[in-house]
Amino acid sequence: MSLAPQSISTSMISSSSSAFLSPSNLNFNSRRQNAWVQAKRISVCKCVAAPQEEKIAYKTKVSRNGNLGKLQAGYLFPEIARRKAAHMLKYPDAEVISLGIGDTTEPIPEVITSALAKRSYALSTQEGYSGYGAEQGEKPLRAAIASTFYKDLGIEEGDIFVSDGAKCDISRLQIVFGSNVTMAVQDPSYPAYVDSSVIMGQTGEFQKDAEKYGKIEYMRCTAENGFFPDLSTVARTDIIFFCSPNNPTGAAATREQLTRLVQFAKDNGSIIVYDSAYALYISDDNPRSIFEIPGAKEVIPELIIYLFCCSCTRLMFFLLSFVAIETSSFSKYAGFTGVRLGWTVIPKELLFSDGFPVAKDFNRIVCTCFNGASNISQAGGLACLSPEGFKAVHEVIGFYKENTDIIVETFNSLGFKVYGGKNAPYVWVQFPGRSSWDVFSEILKKTHVVTTPGSGFGPGGEGFIRVSAFGHRGNVLEACKRFKHLYK
Amino acid sequence: MEVKLACMVCSVKVRLKAGCSSVVRSAVGRLVQLVNRGRCTKVHRNFNLEKLRNGYLFTEIARRELQHLEKYPNAKVISLGIGDTTQPIPDNISMSMANYARALATAEGYRGYGAEQGNKELRKAIAETHYKDVLVKESEVFVSDGSQCDIARLLLVLGSNVTVAAQDPSFPAYIDSSVIVGQAGDLEDEVGKYCNIEYLECGPGNNFFPDLKGTSRTDIIFFCSPNNPTGHAATQNQLEQLVEFARNNGSIIIFDSAYAAYVTDGCPRSIYEIPGAREVAIEISSFSKFSGFTGVRLGWTVVPEELLFSSGFPVINDFNRIICTCFNGASNIAQAGGLACLSSEGLEAVHSVVDYYKENTKILIDTLASLGIKVYGGINAPYVWAHFPGRKSWDVFAEILEKTHITTVPGSGFGPGGEEYIRISGFGHRESILEASRRLEALF
Repeated sequence: MSLAPQSISTSMISSSSSAFLSPSNLNFNSRRQNAWVQAKRISVCKCVAAPQEEKIAYKTKVSRNGNLGKLQAGYLFPEIARRKAAHMLKYPDAEVISLGIGDTTEPIPEVITSALAKRSYALSTQEGYSGYGAEQGEKPLRAAIASTFYKDLGIEEGDIFVSDGAKCDISRLQIVFGSNVTMAVQDPSYPAYVDSSVIMGQTGEFQKDAEKYGKIEYMRCTAENGFFPDLSTVARTDIIFFCSPNNPTGAAATREQLTRLVQFAKDNGSIIVYDSAYALYISDDNPRSIFEIPGAKEVIPELIIYLFCCSCTRLMFFLLSFVAIETSSFSKYAGFTGVRLGWTVIPKELLFSDGFPVAKDFNRIVCTCFNGASNISQAGGLACLSPEGFKAVHEVIGFYKENTDIIVETFNSLGFKVYGGKNAPYVWVQFPGRSSWDVFSEILKKTHVVTTPGSGFGPGGEGFIRVSAFGHRGNVLEACKRFKHLYK
Repeated sequence: MEVKLACMVCSVKVRLKAGCSSVVRSAVGRLVQLVNRGRCTKVHRNFNLEKLRNGYLFTEIARRELQHLEKYPNAKVISLGIGDTTQPIPDNISMSMANYARALATAEGYRGYGAEQGNKELRKAIAETHYKDVLVKESEVFVSDGSQCDIARLLLVLGSNVTVAAQDPSFPAYIDSSVIVGQAGDLEDEVGKYCNIEYLECGPGNNFFPDLKGTSRTDIIFFCSPNNPTGHAATQNQLEQLVEFARNNGSIIIFDSAYAAYVTDGCPRSIYEIPGAREVAIEISSFSKFSGFTGVRLGWTVVPEELLFSSGFPVINDFNRIICTCFNGASNIAQAGGLACLSSEGLEAVHSVVDYYKENTKILIDTLASLGIKVYGGINAPYVWAHFPGRKSWDVFAEILEKTHITTVPGSGFGPGGEEYIRISGFGHRESILEASRRLEALF
């Protein structure tokens, strides 16, 4: 059954919409190019005289969500993709190298892909078919995550929630927290924390002069403070997002720093949401999980019970008390950026002010607003955590770390102040006094290398460029060659 | 209660479990609660979540089934409750997924992040196979990891200040998500309804289509057809009324067509078959019940370009923003599988599985009808909606489970309009369906 022909102005709106939503010529691998049409473009459209009868486009009476109106631009990475695509259109013969979006490039080790394939096949057999899985994830995978990453840290299988990735988990956590909580983020930080907070209605309006949203506490992380905020200047918030090793700065917080952070959270009754997506990139001794911090667990002197146990004449019990949630991902470990798999840890003991366990509310969200990660992806995750798989994963990580070394060395040799790169696949290069979008454009134009402008991560990122180390070795070497040529 | 404790002297980890003296357990439990109150964070619980009275319906069904299994470990429990698919995915589809997965180990075949809106080819295939005659563009199709997730994302787009209508009874995710996002107001315990939600009663008395004349305006109208749980597929005429109602009120319909493949009698499979729907409706759908992808996770949402907020701002722009910020695309392997489902070979294979479930449903209808039980649905959906006048649906659910070891779903779990009804799903192995029929015949 065909519809009546569209009205003229509707089709004009459609065509203008199509212009920015036009089918991309990019291959499957690239991000979609999208520019966000502001409302004014629609009204420009309506002002154009229609040759036939005047027909105003139908509008519903549903008000737009004011929170989305607060967002200043599109999400950072689609904008980077858009600019890359525009550049490629302008220079069709240029060999553009992408060190912008942190997209993994190396194949997934075979031991893992064969598990993915095996599970796929099994779904076409009677014995192997499975329908809905537990929304919290398959038990063996939850157990493997607990024992691989949280051994001896007081975290159990039941505290692990498998997901389709950290970005999705961040939003689900925000849904749990609701609009009436306050939050703090590092500045600069991964844009999903701030953007999801705006979407949830936790923030005020964007303040153009400061380039910050009202009601968010921005914890400045600079070269001067070793990329760890001065907590004495940070106001209390309910939630504190903290990413270590950090995207974009590459800084890995030390045990001492995290101990202070945990103490700060405890003193304020806050909840830390700790993003450890890059933990396996750590080269030195820094903590890989927030739950390594002893301050997160403490002795409660009021509760000392004397009982008998087999090895001692008395037992002194203490309660394990937590202040943190941890979120992580298989994306940058196993190249699962497209396969989609991650997890969030919420200790049972983490409680809201009324004593209600946070994990129970998260579980409710996971059961109602989600339906579990793909069973095939989960089979792949389990293979990643097998001894053979984990070894292979470390090899791929090692490859990207070598890339990072090459990039660090290049910028060092050119006399730049370079940060990060040691514990993360990101290099944070300073361009003092310059607008980061200008530097981004200059690098793109003159070397055909895509990077990410620091201000996209917050005002604290201004004057910096993030160079990601995900790429084929040849491309990374070529990019560095071009950098040397440009900045010699 | 489970309490994590550790001996400070020998560091042995101890958990107070069933083996310990109950006196000790309860004493420690009370102490723990006392101490916990001092150890809480100062973060207030989201009051919207407090408004959810029970756990999610299907979680509760699963829990009861487990309980029953513990009570009767030798019983052969047949699950006709949660609508979980049981038949294997056709070979050619799982083969595509396996091939795609193996290719990820090669330089040429490796793929990282995909477009958050979905793989281009898949979007095109969805537009061309499901919306062949109704002018849905590839750019309006957003691939996802399933409808339950899309419902939450749509409500995130719309925000807490919109009003919502849903059929009564309906798939619980609509109302529960609405409560979570803060749209629903408080629960009125006596009637079991949230005060800000408009409940569109659907029953045999009104041919399972709400009396729109008596319905207040809301911003959003959730409408599922073929319906879960009643199985009713709205007619062309009914949907025209719905679209007209939405247009007159400036409302947005969120049309759930997850069971479109089960339509047998020519009822519309897409809201876009109705003229004018593009300016008032979003459509969500899923590969779950269509291709057995309940565990694989794949679905889609259509947001037409013409759908505008009152300010003229396109809804599609905001949906796209949410997709890019709160989501990172469906699994690329699942998408490869979806593409295979929509090839001509795939469609044929998938439809024969759908037919299998339809035959199951027919067997159940025939059984119940022969027992003199009034049944609805089952013709255009894999659900049979059986009426037990005067009885509480949780009681009937419990009776059926206790006496025949068959799990069903009590109608009141779908809303107060579901009281007196039981939903029986047609997903299962043929032998289980036949065995279930035998047991029901014995009981009734």
